[in-house]
Amino acid sequence: MNYLDYVQMTKGQQIAYNLKKFFTGIPGAIKNLFLVIGAFFGNIFKTIGNGFANYGSRFAKGDIGTKLSYIVMGAGNIFHGQVVKGIIMLALEIGYFYYMAVFGLGQLAKLYCNNVPITDAQGNTIAIANGVVGSVPSTIEYVGILQTPQTKFGDDSSVILLYGVLTILITIAFFALYIGNTKSAYATQEIKAAGKQPKSIVQEIKSLFDERFHITLLSLPVLLLLMFTVLPIIYTVFMAFTNYDKEHQPPKNLFWWVGFKNFADVFYSDPATSRTFGKILVWTIVWAIFATFTNYVAGIILALMINKKGIKLKAMWRTIFVVTAAVPQFVTLLIMNLMLRDNGTLDTMFNTQFHFLSNAMNARITVIVVNLWVGIPYTMLITSGLLMNIPEDLYESARIDGANAVQQFTKITFPYIFFVTTPYLITTFVGNINNFNVIFLLTGGGPNNDTSYSQSGPTDLLVTWLYKLTLNEKDFNLAAVIGIIVFVITAAGSLITFNMSKASKNEEEFS
Amino acid sequence: MTNTNAAQGGYASKRKAANVAVYIILSVMSVIWIFPIFWLLMQSFRGEKGAIVPYVFPKQWTFSNYTRLFNDPDITEAFPYGKWFLNTLIVAIFSCLISTFIVLMVSYAFSRLRFKSRKTFLNLGLILGMFPGFMSMAATYNIMKAFHIEGTLGALVIVYSAGAGLGYQVAKGYFDTVSRSLDEAAMIDGATRSQIFYKIILPLSKPIIVYTALTTFIGPWTDYIFVSYFMLDDKENYTVAAGLVQLTNATTMYDYFTLFCAGAVLVAIPITILFVIMQKFYVAGVTGGAVKG
Repeated sequence: MNYLDYVQMTKGQQIAYNLKKFFTGIPGAIKNLFLVIGAFFGNIFKTIGNGFANYGSRFAKGDIGTKLSYIVMGAGNIFHGQVVKGIIMLALEIGYFYYMAVFGLGQLAKLYCNNVPITDAQGNTIAIANGVVGSVPSTIEYVGILQTPQTKFGDDSSVILLYGVLTILITIAFFALYIGNTKSAYATQEIKAAGKQPKSIVQEIKSLFDERFHITLLSLPVLLLLMFTVLPIIYTVFMAFTNYDKEHQPPKNLFWWVGFKNFADVFYSDPATSRTFGKILVWTIVWAIFATFTNYVAGIILALMINKKGIKLKAMWRTIFVVTAAVPQFVTLLIMNLMLRDNGTLDTMFNTQFHFLSNAMNARITVIVVNLWVGIPYTMLITSGLLMNIPEDLYESARIDGANAVQQFTKITFPYIFFVTTPYLITTFVGNINNFNVIFLLTGGGPNNDTSYSQSGPTDLLVTWLYKLTLNEKDFNLAAVIGIIVFVITAAGSLITFNMSKASKNEEEFS
Repeated sequence: MTNTNAAQGGYASKRKAANVAVYIILSVMSVIWIFPIFWLLMQSFRGEKGAIVPYVFPKQWTFSNYTRLFNDPDITEAFPYGKWFLNTLIVAIFSCLISTFIVLMVSYAFSRLRFKSRKTFLNLGLILGMFPGFMSMAATYNIMKAFHIEGTLGALVIVYSAGAGLGYQVAKGYFDTVSRSLDEAAMIDGATRSQIFYKIILPLSKPIIVYTALTTFIGPWTDYIFVSYFMLDDKENYTVAAGLVQLTNATTMYDYFTLFCAGAVLVAIPITILFVIMQKFYVAGVTGGAVKG
């Protein structure tokens, strides 16, 4: 279909055509998504594969130094004249093996212990478990003349799991280094063979500030990310497969591997948890959709009003709303809570009962409305800058062609704003799925009179439920499962919309 | 002639009516938006006790809510507001310094340097960035415990700044707009890439440095989640957000509500000023530099 066919259709046909295009586009978008994900992991494996590629042939072609470097790291570099670099590599190898021998291997072995006696609070063995993280259970000791019972802690499963993950990460890093070492040994050998001198240590350091400056810049940030973002994420994923809950709290109790049981609990096998999960999931998505689009539309309307021709004191209006956005959210939301709660400020002022927060439906509507108060200024702030960017002559020629205000909005203003703010919409949507502040500080997940919710309430989002499970219940395993689910939803959702909006951009010339 | 005049007059009066309607809507909205904040300000000057009163303007004006936060021993014992404020300031300054350095380093590397696996890093950053830090906070807490720094301000600094490497988009977008010919000219003159970074790019990037510093400085003032989980009941180490939430507990609210208002105003003033300063960068950040000037 080309443009001429399109404009000859009636309005209804055009809408039907666009709808059809949208829905037939979804499979394509999902396919694209998998292609993107596939390409992403493909790249990673390719990088790994590249490391191993020629591993054997380098050995075959290597001289004695290169061959030696397959066992003694850095030997090739020392042999070919890069003494300092070689010694550093050798030191790292010795350090790694020392770490593994003294500490790492022991931690790895303790990650999965069989036939471990499980003790109760009195120190009596109540069961024998397999697949336990740690092998020494806590026991009760009777000390002193009075024989006061004292708990003697055994292995701390949480620490063992942590060091286990850390050891795995260190091992991966060591293997990367090891492969790099064989490559470097062979590279220096080739340089030597070409009759040149490999870089001296001074030159190496200099290159770290020039052609290899990115290594200098990125090592510290990457290290911090590995320690405090990647490690916690992997650790959390591992937790999701254990029974690390309120009944198995280290150091008093050991916890052990339970496979996919927590996932099954959340999805179907535990009635209380799975019912709560279903309800909260639906509400989270409903909330995210409403919160995102109400704010977006209302914010654009506000920006249009402020920027309307002939409206004076534009800066003043804008400042009023920006100031309210600038006040920290925990302050404004706590105030809102106080105003809206039962017998709160508004109830006493008007001497009546509004029940803003005391039943489920009202509370849900209230959080969406209050979220308008919180979010409209942001959308206004962003879109009013964009409105000023649209060239005035576009509107002028539209007026000459007889377009009215509504047509000008739907044909010029909105397409432009929508085009530029698509990424913003996606990030707001993801942000709303994870919108902890508005829910937690305004309703706390309440009203808490609905007992069909397990450890949560009708306005709880997945993330606030996760917070409660972590802080109040100490059911870390369930919290981990929910964290994984939220991550999958947000990542998939934003990648799909991102792909779709990219696809629609390619067809932009069409309408 | 008269026809066109009439038409113009009709058009003008229609537009006038529309404008009047817009003024009315804007005024009503402004009142709704300003009211909670105005109310907070009024409550902070209220002399009468109690959390909920059915009027806006205090019957008894006082400044003592502000002074009592700092020098009434009964209050500073249970709710050490001054300590909280100082804690927050310390955490904010350190995490601001560390985060700003990290963000500038990462954005420069991704914007200006071309190296193997750059794309992989960018994609990994995108995916990692979708994972809110507090989802793995139990794990993070255990890691801090392994280092024996759980429940300290240092742990908070680490939590707020260790992930800064993922927040490179805005600054990278800014660096992308700085002309590459500057780099090339400098390189012909024999400058290394590190010299280009701190002698040419950084001096040209003051706005983005200010923006990065301000956003990372504001973060700790408004975070409630990590503080409440990491500090548990250790009130001495709270920051203002977690501390002030404590003040609105049902048990303490009657006595301390006006103090909460005063404390909130003291936090809100600097944060509001900083936010208003950086609003322009904020817009440029989320629209990917679509707004110029």
